[in-house]
Parts: sequence; C-alpha cells; structure tokens
Amino acid sequence: MSAEPVGAGSGVRASRAVAGGSALTKAGPPGAAAVRRPSSRLMRQRVRSAWLFLTPMLLVLAAVAGWPLIRTVYFSFTDASLSDLDARQWVGFANYFSVLSMPSGRTIYDGLLVDPVWWRAVWNTVRFTAISVVCETVLGMIVALVLNAEFRGRGIVRAAILIPWAIPTIVSAKMWQWMLNDQFGIINVVLLGLGLIHAKIAWTASADTAMVAVLIVDIWKTTPFMALLILAALQMLPREIIEVARLDGANPWQIFWRVTLPLIRPAVMVAVIFRALDALRIFDLIYVLTPNNVQTKSMSVFARENLFEFDKFAYGSATSTLLFLILALLTISYIRIARLSLDGGR
Amino acid sequence: MKLFHALLALAVGVMFAVVPARAVELSIVSGDTGNGIKVLREILDQYEKQSGNKVNIVVMPPSTTDQFGQYKLWLAAGNTDIDVYQTDVIWAPQLASQLVDLTAATKDVAAKHFPSIIQSQTVNGKLIALPIFTDAPALYYRKDLLDKYGAKVPATWKEMADTAKLVMDKERAAGNKDMWGFVFQGNAYEGLTCDALEWVMSNGGGSIIEPDGTVSINNQQAAAALDMAKGWIGTIAPPGVLAYQEEESRGVWQTGNAVFMRNWPYAYALGNGADAPIKGKFDVAPLPAGTGEGARPVATLGGWNLAVSKYSKNPDAAIDMVKFIASPEMQKYRTLRTSNLPTIQALYDDADIAREQPIIPRWKEVFLNAAPRPSAAVKVKYNEASSQFWTAVHKTLSGEGSAADNLADLEVTLTKLKGSGW
Repeated sequence: MSAEPVGAGSGVRASRAVAGGSALTKAGPPGAAAVRRPSSRLMRQRVRSAWLFLTPMLLVLAAVAGWPLIRTVYFSFTDASLSDLDARQWVGFANYFSVLSMPSGRTIYDGLLVDPVWWRAVWNTVRFTAISVVCETVLGMIVALVLNAEFRGRGIVRAAILIPWAIPTIVSAKMWQWMLNDQFGIINVVLLGLGLIHAKIAWTASADTAMVAVLIVDIWKTTPFMALLILAALQMLPREIIEVARLDGANPWQIFWRVTLPLIRPAVMVAVIFRALDALRIFDLIYVLTPNNVQTKSMSVFARENLFEFDKFAYGSATSTLLFLILALLTISYIRIARLSLDGGR
Repeated sequence: MKLFHALLALAVGVMFAVVPARAVELSIVSGDTGNGIKVLREILDQYEKQSGNKVNIVVMPPSTTDQFGQYKLWLAAGNTDIDVYQTDVIWAPQLASQLVDLTAATKDVAAKHFPSIIQSQTVNGKLIALPIFTDAPALYYRKDLLDKYGAKVPATWKEMADTAKLVMDKERAAGNKDMWGFVFQGNAYEGLTCDALEWVMSNGGGSIIEPDGTVSINNQQAAAALDMAKGWIGTIAPPGVLAYQEEESRGVWQTGNAVFMRNWPYAYALGNGADAPIKGKFDVAPLPAGTGEGARPVATLGGWNLAVSKYSKNPDAAIDMVKFIASPEMQKYRTLRTSNLPTIQALYDDADIAREQPIIPRWKEVFLNAAPRPSAAVKVKYNEASSQFWTAVHKTLSGEGSAADNLADLEVTLTKLKGSGW
C-alpha cells in the first residue's frame, strides 16, 4: 500500500530490535508460560479466570458487532426490502452476480460485482484513503516533531492543535461547506485577494475539485490525530539514544532518519492502520460536502443509498458485505506488507 | 371536614388523572426551506393553545433526498417517536404501507382541496397524506435590470440565456463583478430531477418515463435540452450551480447577484422581506419553453403533505393535528407568511392573499397545468429511477460524457431497473 511511511526500509532492523519496548503491550510472562507448561494447576486456573473476565466483553461484541454482521451477510443472499423485511426470500448469489437472458436474445450480466458505479465508488474510496493517509502521516509527523521540542506555551499549542479533531465531523463539514462556497466562501475571497486565482472556484461542485475539497477538509481534521499518536511515540523515546547520536557527531537530519524514525516506526504503522481503516469507511464528510456526485461517492455512501433510499435493502447488504471483505483484505495485506507485529512484537 | 378534604383530594386526583390522559405529546418531523420551520412552529403554537397537546418539531435538512432515506429507515424500524411526517408529493406510493389511512377521518374536509392533489396522495383507494401546500416553480427575474437594458421577459430558454448574458455582461462591465445570469438547482439530488424534467419536457422530450411505463428519455429533443443546459454552466450560471440546492440558489439571487432564478414560490415572500436587497425589484413569470416540436412551458409539480405514522401511539391526536395544520385558516396563515401555494381551492380567491402575495392567484393556472414526476408510474422504484436520471444529468452538466451518450446509458439502466414491469 502507498501508506508505507518514508524511510521505513532503512529502519526495519532497528525497529525490530526495539519493538518489544514500544507502546505495544506484551502478552506477559504468564501467557508465555502457559504455552510451555499447560498442565500446571495454577496456570489452568489462570486461563479459566481469564476466560471468565473475557466472556462479558465477547458477549457484548457478539451482540453489537457479530450478530449485525451475520445478519447483513444473510440479507445479502435474499431479496429483502425495507418496506417488508419479513417477506424476504433466498436468492443465492443474485445480488452479487447474475446472468439475465433478455427476450431479444441478448445476455446481460447483473449484480454488484459488475456494477460500474460500485467499482467507481471503490476506486474513489481507495484513492481518497491513499492520498489522505499519506498527507496526514507526513503532516502529523512534522507537527509531532515541532510539539516534541521544548518551547514556551507548548501545552497551549498542543491543546489548540487538537481542536479540529475534537469538532464533530458534521459540524466541521458544514463549516467548511460555507468556507468553500463558491460565491460567499472565505477561501475564494482570500485566494482572490492574494491574487492566487483570478475567478472564484466552485470547490464542491466542479468534478476536478470536489475530491480535492473533501481531501482538504479530511486532512485538516485528522492530522491532529496522527500528530497525537506520533507525539506519544516520540515522548517514549529514551533521550540518551539521541544524546549519544549527537555526541557521535550526527546532524539533526541524520538523527531523524537513522534514530528517531526507526524507533517510532511501529507506532506510526499502527497509527496509519487506524487512519486507513477510518478513511476506507469515509461517509459523513462526503455525505455533507458532495452528497451524490459520482466523482466523490464512497463505498459507504453507495451502501447507504441502496439500503435506505432505494428499494434495494438486499443489494445494499451485499454492498456492506463486500465493503467488509475489502476492508479486511486491505488490512491483512497491509499488516503483511508492513510486517507489522500486533502480538507484542517479536 | 375530613370528608371535604377527601373530596378535594379526589377532585385533584381526577384532574391530574384526566388532563394528562387527554393532553398528549406529539412529534412532527419536517425539513423545509426558507422560513418554513418557523411558520410551522407558529401554527403549532396555535394548535397547542387550542388542543392542550404539546408538539415537538424534529427538524431535518431541506433536501428531500436526505429526508426520505431517514424516514424510510424510521418507518421500517417501527419508530414510535414520530407521529407525523411531512411528506413530499412523490413519496406516496413508496411509503403508503406504513402510513395511516386518512380517508374516513378527512371525509369532511377532503373536498375543499384540489381533487388532483388529493388524488396524488391516494394509493389503492386510501388517502395516506393530507396536503398542506403545493408547489410549482417560477422564473424569477429582475424587473429593474430588464427595464434598464430594455429586455423583455423571456418566453423561451434561448431568449432567457441571451437576456441573461446581455444583462450579466453589462452589469459586470459596470463594476458589478459578482453578477450572474441564471441560477437553478444543479446539485445531484431530487431537485435536479425537477429542473431537468422541465428542460426536457418543455423541449418536447417527454417525461423520462411515460405514464404507461415506457422509458422515453433517450431521444434527440431530450439530449438537445441537456446540451442547452450544459451550455449555461460557467457562461450565464456560476460553475458552483452544480452544488446548489434551493437555498444556495436563493442565496445568490436574494443578495442581488443573479438576473434570473428558477425556484419554488417560497422565494417570493422572502425576496420581498424587509431586509432583502432585491425587495420590490423583481417579479415572476412562468418558466420558458424550449424550441422545436411539442415545445411548451413546463413546471414540475411539487408539494408537501402530512402523513400519520402507523406506529404512532396517539394516532387520533395526530390526525387531529394534521387536520388543523391543513385547515383553510392555517393554510391562509402559511401562505401569507411564506407564499407557499395553498391546496384549498377557495384561497385563490382570497382578498388578503391576493393583496399580500400577488403571486398566488396568478399561480393557480401554472400549478394546475404542472407536470407530475413519473412517481405514479414507477412506484417503489421511483427514487432509484430519479437518482439514475439526475446522475445522468449531473454528469452531462459537469462535462463527463455527452448528453446523447449519457441518455443512451440511462435508457439501458432504466430498462434494466424496470425489469418485467414497474
């Protein structure tokens, strides 16, 4: 995936060496011991109580995540309609793919897998995710490095920079919608005043700039999140390492590329995957800014449209199922490619 | 004395027991343009005083497309929180199964409304919503500017575009840099279906899907109409019009930055508001006609109604409230405040309305001849069909594919959607 952060390659070895001491929690010695000596009475007791503590959480998860997921998958194999959910019938894979023979003798392929609007939504989403996550990672890194430095008023700046992330998305999307308005928007006024553009730009309307507008707002909003996670990793770096590097005559640039970045790489990778998962589900921002444009329609917007606006609950369920599969696939391949270790780092 | 106290306690107890049982709390959900919600609140205040019931308004965004998705979800979930829905004229066949049949309860008042509107809200012989106002768009024009440059009120789209260009160029040359010729609803939503249906139909291009269910949209006149509209973008209409709904176009118009606007009658009262820069400087005309065979002015029929949810816990009180809001007195009140077209026939001869909102009596003919969208023929698939249509139009206007190609694709999509029948 394009979200591979800069310099990751050079830091692989170093990061492995320190990953165990990073923010990721270790499974802990008891777990490791349990693997080696499963017969110990004390261990069996511990495993039992572990399950006991986990059960409520697993039950809640099954109820709020598992059950709806299974139901959605089930609906995707039926012809369910929102007007009367009970009248559904099993139709197999028809929502995904079906072959229709027209009376004229022509064969038509139908279903989600051959729906060009759906694939365009997939492409829109993946492109949006790639660009926004790369920009947010780079900008978030810069912001985090600045905030990591010692200066007066650092606390206030740190709090201030979090504000965009704290504003509910709907509110910030509406706010940006006004700022991006072609006639009254402040952005056009400022750009015109500075002489950077010679005519007002219709940001959310034009096919060329609609996606750019969405990206601008998303990057503005979620860069603080990235900065916060990276800053947390930076704060955990042992100062001695940096000092030793400095004593050895490394310049700041070398220190960043050869010491800091490799050390915070695991945390950055986790932050990237959080953001990527979030970006792949993008809905609210696009829904407010450019609701039904084919140029910006994301997978979630497409799913909602079919589920609730059209009389196609089953087709929408098929969309949601595919959305889930695509998300799972991208996440797994990202973890593989980034060689990310989520089990405590070995 | 003891007996007296006991009786007093009993009396108080009865009062408390009876009053809450009669006075209920109702919820009405509505998304409206302009001052619609404010006026609805004023009407409901009068209702609360008269009935003792309490009514909450749940406010939704003005886009009918946004509202529909939410309402459908609530109704499918059997939501008991909402008693009354303000419904678009096109929704009747899609929501009918989850709304209360009002036929018997409105027997006494239904005849006061226009029969065609009552008919549009009747599904399988059941009246499922009571109309509160109807809609037929107008061409708003700046009388002062047309007079200034000696231009006539346009009768065809071509004349409209020429006049718009002329006035816009001269106004811009005179230093009015933000001036545009024409604003309409170009966002990808139900409003674009209304606008584009007018262009296509007024150009003799049919009604997308004919009343008998035939998909008729792929024809030369329809393509010519869309090409014409494409030609407006960036020349007489701001490029941003592709993201405008009603309120955004009114924003440009009401600040005095447009020569022409296509919009519903609600913009009339607001444009004449005390603080509006264009107060007294504009007038309305029927929308222009196209050119070629079968060309005539066409206005898309809109309108809003009140429906009672089948899942309401107080259906009787809810019906009572619906009848109150739809009553001649309240429709008159609404019309005076919002210039919404009433659905009560007698109000078009009302002297107060004629004096305060002169557009109303003039618009009777326009709305009686207005063209309905093909929702009756397409039934439950209407939303998807309309979405396919506005997507094709929006793509054409944004320069993604030619009108002819997009309409050819649309024909295939709609035919597929139709399947063995609507």
